[in-house]
Amino acid sequence: MSHATLTPKHGSLRGATLPKWFAWAVAAGSVVLGLGISTAAGLDSDIQWALIAAVLFVAGSYGISAKVEGRRQAKDRTATSLVWVAFLMALVPLISLIWETVKRGVKVLDGYFLSHSMGVVADTEPGGGIYHAIVGTLEQVGLATLISVPIGVLTAIYLVEYGRGRLAKAVTFFVDVMTGIPSIVAGLFVLSVWILMLDMGPSGFAGSMALSILMIPVVVRSTEEMLKLVPNELREASLALGVPKWRTILKVVLPTSIGGITTGVMLAIARITGETAPVLLLVWVTNFINTNPFQDPQASLPMYIYLQYQNSGGSGAAYDRAWAAALTLIAFIMILNLVARGIARWKAPKTGR
Amino acid sequence: MAKRIDVSGLNAYYGSFLAIEDISMTVEPRSVTAFIGPSGCGKSTFLRTLNRMHEVTPGGRVDGKVMLDDENLYGAGIDPVAVRREVGMVFQRPNPFPTMSVYDNVAAGLRLNGKYKKAELDDVVEKSLRGANLWNEVKDRLNKPGSGLSGGQQQRLCIARAIAVEPNVLLMDEPCSALDPISTLAIEDLIGELKEQYTIVIVTHNMQQAARVSDRTAFFNLSAVGQPGKLIEIDDTERIFSNPSVQATEDYISGRFG
Amino acid sequence: MDITTQKPAAPPAAPGPAAPVDKRAARGATRPGDRIFLGLSRGSGIFVLALMAAIAAFLTYRASIAISKNEANFFTSFDWNPSGTPPEFGIAVLAFGTVVSSIIAMVIAVPVSVGIALFITHYAPRRLGGLIAYVIDLLAAVPSIVYGLWGALFLVPHLEGLYGWLDDYLGWTGVFEWNDGAPRSLFTVGILLAIMILPIITNVSREVFRQVPRMHEEAALALGATRWEVIRMSVLPFGRSGVISASMLGLGRALGETMAVAMVLSSSFDINASLLDTGGGTFAQNIASKFNEATEMGRDALIASGLVLFVITLLVNGAARLIIARRKEYSGANA
Repeated sequence: MSHATLTPKHGSLRGATLPKWFAWAVAAGSVVLGLGISTAAGLDSDIQWALIAAVLFVAGSYGISAKVEGRRQAKDRTATSLVWVAFLMALVPLISLIWETVKRGVKVLDGYFLSHSMGVVADTEPGGGIYHAIVGTLEQVGLATLISVPIGVLTAIYLVEYGRGRLAKAVTFFVDVMTGIPSIVAGLFVLSVWILMLDMGPSGFAGSMALSILMIPVVVRSTEEMLKLVPNELREASLALGVPKWRTILKVVLPTSIGGITTGVMLAIARITGETAPVLLLVWVTNFINTNPFQDPQASLPMYIYLQYQNSGGSGAAYDRAWAAALTLIAFIMILNLVARGIARWKAPKTGR
Repeated sequence: MAKRIDVSGLNAYYGSFLAIEDISMTVEPRSVTAFIGPSGCGKSTFLRTLNRMHEVTPGGRVDGKVMLDDENLYGAGIDPVAVRREVGMVFQRPNPFPTMSVYDNVAAGLRLNGKYKKAELDDVVEKSLRGANLWNEVKDRLNKPGSGLSGGQQQRLCIARAIAVEPNVLLMDEPCSALDPISTLAIEDLIGELKEQYTIVIVTHNMQQAARVSDRTAFFNLSAVGQPGKLIEIDDTERIFSNPSVQATEDYISGRFG
Repeated sequence: MDITTQKPAAPPAAPGPAAPVDKRAARGATRPGDRIFLGLSRGSGIFVLALMAAIAAFLTYRASIAISKNEANFFTSFDWNPSGTPPEFGIAVLAFGTVVSSIIAMVIAVPVSVGIALFITHYAPRRLGGLIAYVIDLLAAVPSIVYGLWGALFLVPHLEGLYGWLDDYLGWTGVFEWNDGAPRSLFTVGILLAIMILPIITNVSREVFRQVPRMHEEAALALGATRWEVIRMSVLPFGRSGVISASMLGLGRALGETMAVAMVLSSSFDINASLLDTGGGTFAQNIASKFNEATEMGRDALIASGLVLFVITLLVNGAARLIIARRKEYSGANA
C-alpha cells in the first residue's frame, strides 16, 4: 500500500452555523433595502425594487455566510436563495395572470353576457356577450373531438396491441413529431388543402380539421400510456378462454383503461379549446350567431378575445368583454382539467393494478 | 483515527412513529460490530442515526446522545454535513455516481473538501482503491464510468469512495445483500483488513456473515409489528452465537423465527 | 405528456423473435371481426403517417408556387411584399425575430424552471411542493390567447420602468438602447414567451428530478455533501438530459407561438440593433398578422414562411426526442 502524501483536512464536527432565522432576516433586510433604494432613486416600477431586493438577498446571504460559516456553506445558501428567488420570480407573473383575469373578468361576466351575441353592439360600446362564441367553440371543439378520438384511440390500440415492426416504429415517431407541430402550421396545412385547393370558404369545420391535427397526437400518447398499464395477464386470461382478440380488446382492455383514456381525451380537449391561430386562418370570426359549423365564418371564444382586443380602439368596454371571455375560457379549461384529474384519481386503483 | 461510539438513550422517529426506542451501546474502535435482527427491527434506522442520515428521510427525527469520542453528534452547533464527513457509509445497493468515472467517484469526497493537486488526488485514489482491493482490477479503466463495473466491483468502489476521505467510522448497511457469493467473500475479506484502521459497523441479514466478520454482535428485535425496535443484547460475537444471555437471541440465531 | 416514463414502443428485441410470432397471429386472424378491427386500427396508424406526409407535401407545394414567383432572395431579403409587381419577400427579419425572442425566452425560462423544479423536489416542504406542482400543471393549460391579453394589457405597461432602467445602465451597449416607444419589442415578447414556456419546462424537469434514485443522493450525503453539493453531484448529472429535452420542448413551443406574440409585438419589417425598440417579427406572428389582407400570392408566401417554421420545429423536436431516447439507454444501464 503506497503511503498517502496528504491527509484530508479534518475539521471539527462543530461548524459555525448561522441561526435558523438568518435567511428570513436577510430576506426582510433585502426587501426593505430594495424599497429604500428604489424610493431614494425615484424608481417607480415594482419590478425594479423586486430585482434589487433579489440581488441583495442572494449576495447578502452569500457574503455573511461566507464570513461566518465558510465557503461551502455559503455556496449551499446561495443555491437555496437562488432557488427561492426563482420560485418567487415565477410565481409573480403566473399569479398576476390569474388575478388580473379574474379581477377584470368578473366586471361584465353575468347571465346576460353568456346568453347574448354581439349582433347589434358596436365594438366600442358596452353590452353584448359571448353566446355566439360559446356556440362556435363548442361546435368546433366537438367536431374536432369526434374526428380525433376514434383515430387517436385506434392508432394507440394498433401501437400497443398489434404494432411491432417498422410501421409501428414510424407511427410512434411521427406521432411524437406531430405533438410538436405549431398550431399555426396545422392551420396553414388545412388552408392550403381545404381553402386554396378545394376552394371551400371558411367554416367551423375547417377549423375543426386543424384542431384535430393538434389533438390526435395527444390522444394517441395518453391512450397508449393507459393501454400499456393494462396487465398482460388480463389479455391472456381472456384469450385463453377462446375470446377473439378484437373482442378481448373491446371487452377487456378498453373497459379497464376507459377512465384513463377519458382523462386523456379531456386534457386534449382542454388543450385545443384555447387554440386561436388555426381558427384565425380557417374559421375567421363574426359578431352574429352561426349555428352551422359547415358554412360561413363562426365565432369562438379565443377569436372573440382577439377581436375585442384588436378592434377595441382602446375602449374599456371592449377590454372588459375580452377579459370576461378570457375568464370564461380559463374557467372552462380549468374545470375540464380538474374533472379529468378527478376521473384519473377515481379510476386509478382499477387501472393501476 | 478510529473513534469510539457511545450511544445512550437514543430514540428515533418517523413523524410520530417511534421506530427504535431507548438504545444504549458502545462500539469499540478498530473492531467490527455487527447488527442482526429480523426485518423491521430498526437496525438500519439505528445505523443511520450514527451519521445523521436518519434525518434526511422526511419526518426523520432523533433524540438521545451519540458520542463520537468526546463529541455528541446531536449536540448544539454540530453540523450534520461535517458528521457525515467523519462517519462514512456504504449502502445496501452499490451506488457509484453513474455519470462519474471510477477515478472521479473515488475523488468525489475529497473534491468537496477543497482543492487538491492532480498528483495528490492520484495518490489518494490509488491508495483508496488498493485499500478496497480494487486497484488491480480497475487501474486500466480509471476513466471509464463507475457504473460499468460488476456489482461486487461497484460495491468495493463505493467502499474506496468512503475511505478516500479517511473517516473515523465506516457504517455498512447490508453491503453484500445485492451481491453474489464470490463478491460477498471479497467484501468480507476487505472488512477484515479495514478494521485495522477503522471503526466498522455492519448491518447484516446473514448470520453466518455476522459470525465470520464481526468481533461484537448486537441483536435487535421488536415485540410486534408497529412496535418500536429495541436492542436486546450486545456481546462478543462468539458468545452471542454460542451462549447468548437472552432466550430471544438464541431463538433467532437458531432459526426459530425471523 | 409525461415524456420521461414512456416506454419504447418497440423494445429492441421485438423486431427479431417477436415479429414472426405476431405475423403468424395476424395471419391466423381469419375471423372477420379480427380482420376488420386490425384493419381499422392499422388504417388509423397509416392515416397518421399519411397526414404528416400530406402536411409536408402541401406546404412544400404551395411554398414552391410562391417562391418560384419571388424576385427577391427568400432567405436574405428584408422585404415582405408578395403582392407587389414584381413580388418580393424574404424571411430574414422573421428568422431574426424568431431566434432572438426564443433565445431571450430560453435564457430566462430555463434557469428559472430548473430552480422551481428543484424547489418543488428538493427544497419545499412536501405538501407545499405538491401544491405548487399542481398549480404549475394547471398553468400549463392556460391558452396562449389569454397570455397575449395579459401581456398586452398588463405586462407591457409594467415594463416601462424596467426598460428605462436598462436604457440608463446598459443603453451604451446599443443592445439595450430604448427610444421611449411603447415596450412592445422583441424583448417583451421574449419575457412573455419565457412565462409561457415556464410551466412545461418546470413540469418535465420536475419529473426527471423526482426520478433521481434516492441511493445516488444518499451516496453524496454520506460523503458529507451539503444540499447544494448533493444536487450538483447526483441530481443535476442524472437530470441533465431530461432538462435539455424539456428545454427543447419549451423551445419548440416558443418558436411556434402565434397569438401572444401577435398581440404584444408592434411589428415591422426591419431589424433593430436594440432589443428594446419596436419592430421585427416572428414567423408565426407574421402569418397571423398578415393573413387578413393577404392575396392568394400573399397566402402562398405566408405558407412558405410557415414551411420554414415547420422544418425548424421538426428539427428541434427531433433533437429533443433523440436525447430522450439516449437517456433511456443510459438510465437503463444503471437501473
